[in-house]
Amino acid sequence: MEKFETVTAIAAPLRRSNVDTDQIIPAQFLKRVTKTGFDDALFFGWRQDPEFVLNQPVFQGAEILITGPDFGTGSSREHAVWALRDFGFKVVISPRFGDIFRGNSGKQGLLAAQVEETDVERLWAAIEAQPGITATVDLVARTVSIGELSVPFGIDDYTRWRLLEGLDDIGLTLRDEDSITEFETRRESWRPRTLPVREPAEVGGQ
Amino acid sequence: MNSAASARPGTEAPRTLAEKVWDAHVVSQGENGNPDLIYIDLHLVHEVTSPQAFDGLRVAGRPVRRPDLTIATEDHNTPTLQIDRPIADPTSRIQIETLRKNAAEFGIRIHSLGDKEQGIVHVVGPQLGLTQPGITVVCGDSHTSTHGAFGAMAFGIGTSEVEHVLATQTLPLKPFKTMAINVEGTLRPGVTAKDIILAVIAKIGTGGGQGYVLEYRGSAIRALSMDGRMTICNMSIEAGARAGMVAPDDTTFDYLRGRAHAPEGEDWDAAVEYWRTLPTDEGATFDAEVFIDADALEPFVTWGTNPGQGVSLSDTVPAPDDFEDPHERAAAERALEYMDLEAGTPLKDIKVDAVFMGSCTNSRIEDLRAFASIVRGKQKADGVRVMVVPGSARVRLEAEAEGLDKVFEEFGAEWRFAGCSMCLGMNPDQLAPGERCASTSNRNFEGRQGKGGRTHLVSPLVAAATAIRGTLSSPWDLEQIADPASASETEGAMA
Repeated sequence: MEKFETVTAIAAPLRRSNVDTDQIIPAQFLKRVTKTGFDDALFFGWRQDPEFVLNQPVFQGAEILITGPDFGTGSSREHAVWALRDFGFKVVISPRFGDIFRGNSGKQGLLAAQVEETDVERLWAAIEAQPGITATVDLVARTVSIGELSVPFGIDDYTRWRLLEGLDDIGLTLRDEDSITEFETRRESWRPRTLPVREPAEVGGQ
Repeated sequence: MNSAASARPGTEAPRTLAEKVWDAHVVSQGENGNPDLIYIDLHLVHEVTSPQAFDGLRVAGRPVRRPDLTIATEDHNTPTLQIDRPIADPTSRIQIETLRKNAAEFGIRIHSLGDKEQGIVHVVGPQLGLTQPGITVVCGDSHTSTHGAFGAMAFGIGTSEVEHVLATQTLPLKPFKTMAINVEGTLRPGVTAKDIILAVIAKIGTGGGQGYVLEYRGSAIRALSMDGRMTICNMSIEAGARAGMVAPDDTTFDYLRGRAHAPEGEDWDAAVEYWRTLPTDEGATFDAEVFIDADALEPFVTWGTNPGQGVSLSDTVPAPDDFEDPHERAAAERALEYMDLEAGTPLKDIKVDAVFMGSCTNSRIEDLRAFASIVRGKQKADGVRVMVVPGSARVRLEAEAEGLDKVFEEFGAEWRFAGCSMCLGMNPDQLAPGERCASTSNRNFEGRQGKGGRTHLVSPLVAAATAIRGTLSSPWDLEQIADPASASETEGAMA
């Protein structure tokens, strides 16, 4: 996972609330065997509409998504975060997130930044006055700014620390890799191993 | 001593089996309520829950830390007929091809369709001698609890955790509570391990084990073979428990001795010496205890759509009003409607369309022998489809070496290749809508064995008796039971 400090990129306004994970990525995409390549699945239903915000040329390449309250509610599917990430988003801004979605985001390096609803309205207004304008999200200072406008965002200290350090769950465990290696030196030699392959006795030969 | 097993805290206080295994695997202790980091001795992998885990490693550029503690097999999607042909269903084919590619890329041992060691992941681990007392076992499959029969701590995990174990050979875990399931007494002939576990789940409910590791104890458990103990631990998850365990003893050691990956020579002696220290200490306390009277148990069957909705086969279908709890009452109402059953109907009057003999619960050689002991020389009931699916290619070979395949074929059953098959119908083995099946598997959920299919969970002996009579039947309804010598005792017991 890459370390996260600041992102300066086009911000896309998604003027909707209660965007659940079924809308972020419908169930038909859950049969896939990969953890990447879900960009085509993001908001699959809505993207059939040419007027949908992410279909507008001015928002191509957006890395910041600014949405209404209760984003990412519903099913626990990790695919919702994968789809946002694969589409190119590094930050999602909302007044309120679904709990599991917020947890999954932090683990996958997607910043879920919580911004007051009135501030979200001001960000939307700034973008709509000048569509395609870039925004800057500063995780160190915990601010989102567009031009002169700067608003604070909330994120818990633990997730912020993990994002700044670029640590996913596995990265976090591997910080303690010396303990794992040390444990392995203490493990009894007779504990089972799958390799090298040992051939069983033939059937009936016991 | 400088081994992981002995370097554990609090050795003076009496501990349970589960606590001993946990303590021996703590890599680092979590502080302030954070989880402990637990070392994983054996990671079993199959095609359904692993692809995104491998993809995650690829994206992050991480290797598998311990390919030598990891093993893969194909089971959920594999066809059980014409296994030399390409797999017809595209999703199944892609999942299996992906597993093969991932195993090759990451250097993991795999047993593919057609290989002698291919089969249900929970049958393969024990039969290779990889599942051993005192180890930690995980797999992206909730029936990983099966391996607890050896005194291992074994539980199912999600895909993110699969990736975590592949990369680090550890998992951050919070401690659990312990529950003793005491089963004292002697099972009557015709009553088996499956009946014990169905009775346990009926007693504590499908949520009764949540947050606990179950330890099955008592004389009736000690008397069981390893195959029987595996059947019991397998269904721990159906009581809501992530893991179930049985203390290792001579039955365990006799099963393991000489298996391909069991320790040998001095290693064997050292291992057995350690394994003998694992059983729960005198004076250790459990957070909860349950008591089951083995003498009173009868062949069991489920009537509803969760594994806790079970009764003795001699009973009648219960009425929703029999349940005081409003949730249970509502669940019973829904279940009766889905199962198309009327309250008060004797279970034995219920006709079936199919019998499924297989799954990670009951597809080992002893299960097949038990089924064969009842159907030998008989004909299946007209209009009933009977499928026998061995748990692994090796079990299939063993059964054929004993001539069991002939017994099944003469009976009129289909003798299939190994896999999960009709337990969950991810492959073509499915019930048609409305069909009713007596199944030796583990879940009677709506649509589990095929959309609209109706499942009654039973033991291999009940499955066999049912296949003969065409209605849900106990082996006690036939003249002959598993052990013909004790048939007269059985009649006595029925009176």
